[in-house]
Amino acid sequence: MTWIAKPRLHHPTLARNSLGYTRRDYEGKVSTLCAGCGHDSISAAIVQAFWLMDIAPHRVAKLSGIGCSSKTPDYFLGPAHGFNTVHGRMPSVLTGANLANRSLIYLGVSGDGDSASIGLGQFAHAIRRGVDMTYIVENNGVYGLTKGQFSATADPGSVSKKGVANTDGPLDLVGLALLLGASFVARGFAGDKAQLVPLVQAAISHKGSAIIDVISPCIAFNNHAGSTKSYDYVREHNEAVNQLDLVPSRNEITVDYAAGETVELAQHDGTFLRLHKLREDYDPHDRIGAMNYLHEHQARGEVVTGLLYVDPAAQDLHAGLETVETPLNLLSEAELCPGAAVLEHINSSLR
Amino acid sequence: MHPTDTSKPDHFHKVVDCQWACPAHTPVPEYIRLIAAGRYADAYMVNWHSNVFPGILGRTCDRPCEPACRRVRVETNNGNEAESVAICRLKRVAADHKGDIQARLPQRAAANGRRVACVGAGPASLTVARDLAHLGYQVSVFDRDPKAGGFMRTQVPRFRLPEEVIDEEIGYILGLGIQFHGGTPISSLRRLLSDGFDAIFVGSGAPRGRDLDLPGRREAAARIHIGIDWLASVSFGHVTSIGKRVIVLGGGNTAMDCCRSARRLGGTAVKVIVRSGYDEMKASPWEKEDAQHEGIPILNYLVPVEFEHEKGRLMAVRFRKVRPELDDRGARRLVPSGEPDQRIECDEAIIAVGQENSFPWIERDLGLAFDDGGLPVLDTATLQSSLPNVFFGGDAAFGPKNIIWAVAHGHEAAISMDRWMRGEDVRLRPPPRVHMTSQKMGIHEWSYDNDISPEPRRKVPWAAAELALKSIRVEVELGFDGSNAWKEAQRCLNCDVQTVFKRELCIECDACTDICPMDCITFTTNGDEADLRRQLRAPALNVRQDLYVSDSLRTGRVMVKDEDVCLHCGLCAERCPTGAWDMQKFLLELSRAAPDRESVEAGREIR
Ligand SMILES: Cc1cc2nc3c(=O)[nH]c(=O)nc-3n(C[C@H](O)[C@H](O)[C@H](O)COP(=O)(O)OP(=O)(O)OC[C@H]3O[C@@H](n4cnc5c(N)ncnc54)[C@H](O)[C@@H]3O)c2cc1C
Ligand SMILES: Cc1ncc(C[n+]2csc(CCOP(=O)(O)OP(=O)(O)O)c2C)c(N)n1
Ligand code: SF4
Ligand code: SF4
Ligand code: SF4
Ligand SMILES: [Mg+2]
Repeated sequence: MTWIAKPRLHHPTLARNSLGYTRRDYEGKVSTLCAGCGHDSISAAIVQAFWLMDIAPHRVAKLSGIGCSSKTPDYFLGPAHGFNTVHGRMPSVLTGANLANRSLIYLGVSGDGDSASIGLGQFAHAIRRGVDMTYIVENNGVYGLTKGQFSATADPGSVSKKGVANTDGPLDLVGLALLLGASFVARGFAGDKAQLVPLVQAAISHKGSAIIDVISPCIAFNNHAGSTKSYDYVREHNEAVNQLDLVPSRNEITVDYAAGETVELAQHDGTFLRLHKLREDYDPHDRIGAMNYLHEHQARGEVVTGLLYVDPAAQDLHAGLETVETPLNLLSEAELCPGAAVLEHINSSLR
Repeated sequence: MHPTDTSKPDHFHKVVDCQWACPAHTPVPEYIRLIAAGRYADAYMVNWHSNVFPGILGRTCDRPCEPACRRVRVETNNGNEAESVAICRLKRVAADHKGDIQARLPQRAAANGRRVACVGAGPASLTVARDLAHLGYQVSVFDRDPKAGGFMRTQVPRFRLPEEVIDEEIGYILGLGIQFHGGTPISSLRRLLSDGFDAIFVGSGAPRGRDLDLPGRREAAARIHIGIDWLASVSFGHVTSIGKRVIVLGGGNTAMDCCRSARRLGGTAVKVIVRSGYDEMKASPWEKEDAQHEGIPILNYLVPVEFEHEKGRLMAVRFRKVRPELDDRGARRLVPSGEPDQRIECDEAIIAVGQENSFPWIERDLGLAFDDGGLPVLDTATLQSSLPNVFFGGDAAFGPKNIIWAVAHGHEAAISMDRWMRGEDVRLRPPPRVHMTSQKMGIHEWSYDNDISPEPRRKVPWAAAELALKSIRVEVELGFDGSNAWKEAQRCLNCDVQTVFKRELCIECDACTDICPMDCITFTTNGDEADLRRQLRAPALNVRQDLYVSDSLRTGRVMVKDEDVCLHCGLCAERCPTGAWDMQKFLLELSRAAPDRESVEAGREIR
């Protein structure tokens, strides 16, 4: 961390979004993580994404578990709602919050330890239920906060800083998310914001469980030669399947791609995902195909990144439960306690 | 773009905007930090070596450094009114609080047997004399005025510059064993040349005030004065009063000094009347404000056409009204507005419409060439004239400028004269001395204060108006006290503490890009300069500020830093995991005529 507060001064030409905010208004406190941590780069991508999407920071609820990654919500969207839960329990707290008030935008931030070890069950059930959220796993292959033990996402053969190779099998969160029915699955890399920012934007605008596994090098414990989660390793083995753009309308041209190479997907909020194919053979609408592709390339030691699967027509948890639109804290006493007659009616329907 | 060559001093020097803009390249942030540390004498000596007259300049400098100061650009669109650091007034703080510095002055050197003459004892000549005297040259300075100082003494009024300050700082120079011959006009260069001096420096200024040849000028001459002559008479005490209603004609700094002086000598209704509009006036903004602050109106777009008099007694000045008009080429010119002339009554008028050079004492058959404008033909870098042993500087060289330019010329001329007298190539200039020192003390501890002060610029306190207007000898500005000086010093961004990038160490983690509050740093694919300037995180629109471009990184991209609005906060270096960024203090001292002239051969070739 740094001793001085980041100066409030900003570039004289710094742009404002339609709400009148600059990107700086989406920052939080100065990070206390190690200098060069991939997690900080992800925080910057989150700042950029929310600013670009004209979302007022106080309309966001950011929830996290325990770990360096889970500390990061303190470093972005200062004015947002926040809940730093217990280790691995972010998904259930997020689910509860979402059930109580679906008018906020839910952002879950977690680590590979937090989500793939202690919180694996929570991770699975939140996805299975289709909670409307953006769930970012800042995946560094180690327990950073507790000084670098291998986590469940570490690849076999990956070597620790002390030189010991990992022997356990890896848990692949992207594969799991596909298996569990997530309606938006992506993988990014902290060292490539050009790819990551649109992925975060797309996840935010997606209705349903959106999971982004972001490979995020741990500069202190997992960025050495022999690691498979280092800046150098991921750069050398990165296999990006597509490049994404989130555009407000179909006609908006942001990048000129050759015809036939782009696909446009309407999002429920009226925006469009414009997908530029980098791999001809990759179809992000095919869940089974995606799983196969992933496994094949993983076996070759490649790290597949990009938007891996999306179901733009997905439904969320509330649809199944038929819950009320209004946040619970806005319901009046009369609505909450409709009286003995209504109770009797409900009871009799259950007999 | 090609990678930036930081082995040459220019890139980092330009980053220190104030130092780059200062004609004498004073290391400004260095002395500002010393002031903040309460080391006033050290701060004074940093100045003394560079600009020779810190106490005088701290009150009177034209301060080209301040409009250049990065703080202005950094504060733009950030809330407060964008204002520079009060660089000039901080200089005065060093002078006011320094105590006795006599022991720190250079020792008189043993005579080297060579003799130098300086014509005029203004700042240019005195700088030459100082730089050469401590090398052992025997320097004689001649001035027709009884005391040394040139226009600093005879023109700049005492309410801006007290006599004691002039005496003190000129004393330091003359104390180096210089022979000053006051009251000694030089009337013939031929004679001076025949006196056997090894080299001659002409620092005789631009001593002639322009006149206005209008009807009534001759008849009413007794009440119409030439500005610089009148100011000199005031300075010498020959003039001690003026009529109540005074008109000052002209819009430059001389006009401002004339009107404010008149205000103190009995003028109760003093007006400044200018041909041009207010914004086009030559006077510095602060000089105009100071005059208005003293209740002196400035009237614009009035061209004097006649001095009206009754039997030789000045009654009024008649003015033609004009308005600005853009001609076909977009240039402004003044055209009559068609309204009737305006007559403004007055008791006395002062003409302050410019100065001219004049060298009646230089014979035109000596081989010393003059151009059509009456200025000597000089090598602009060496200041050598077509008579190789005669050098020029200050207002005498290229027309009226200011004190700090006179000093800068003095330094360059001294180098030239020293080399000339040693039989060395005058055009080969000794390089500046550059030191780079890492400021790193710990992971996030630096040996400079990297926190950025959000404070607005401090105002210098003034003497009460009634008191100040009572006497021409009462200094108006009082200078900062220690605590205000400290607060103002904290506003300085330490632009000399450079962000130095080591490409080999960078792992492209983006930490520096993300933390930088000013969006200075971008990692991108290389391109030509126009391309790069557009594709940065914040477009680099200020082309007077350079880009700092690295060689290719591992991903094939380059690091591009726009130096324009960097705060020198060091956060990039604090957040860099590999030490690819370091904060290094860049200290550049211009070479002076000096005994240690090592590495002259590797010197700066004149471009
Ligand atoms: C009213 C006024 C106010 C000014 N205020 C400022 C200010 O606030 N800040 C600033 O930076 N600049 C100011 N200037 C400009 C500044 O004074 C000059 O640019 C500067 O002094 C020039 O220095 P110099 O060494 O070239 O010559 P000068 O200072 O002009 O000195 C030349 C000297 O040479 C002497 N001399 C000339 N001919 C002969 C001869 N033949 N024999 C012997 N002696 C001779 C003159 O008597 C004079 O003393 C002001 C100028 C004027 C007119
Ligand atoms: C219930 C519980 N068990 C164990 C811990 C100790 N602990 C703190 S953080 C952490 C692992 C965090 O790893 P990860 O989620 O990958 O975060 P990172 O620091 O790597 O970003 C562990 C095991 C804890 N805080 N609480
Ligand atoms: S901020 Fe300080 S160092 Fe930078 S230009 Fe201004 S005075 Fe000079
Ligand atoms: S010192 Fe570094 S972090 Fe600070 S403004 Fe300059 S480039 Fe940005
Ligand atoms: S913080 Fe250091 S290593 Fe990271 S990108 Fe910047 S210069 Fe390179
Ligand atoms: Mg981890």
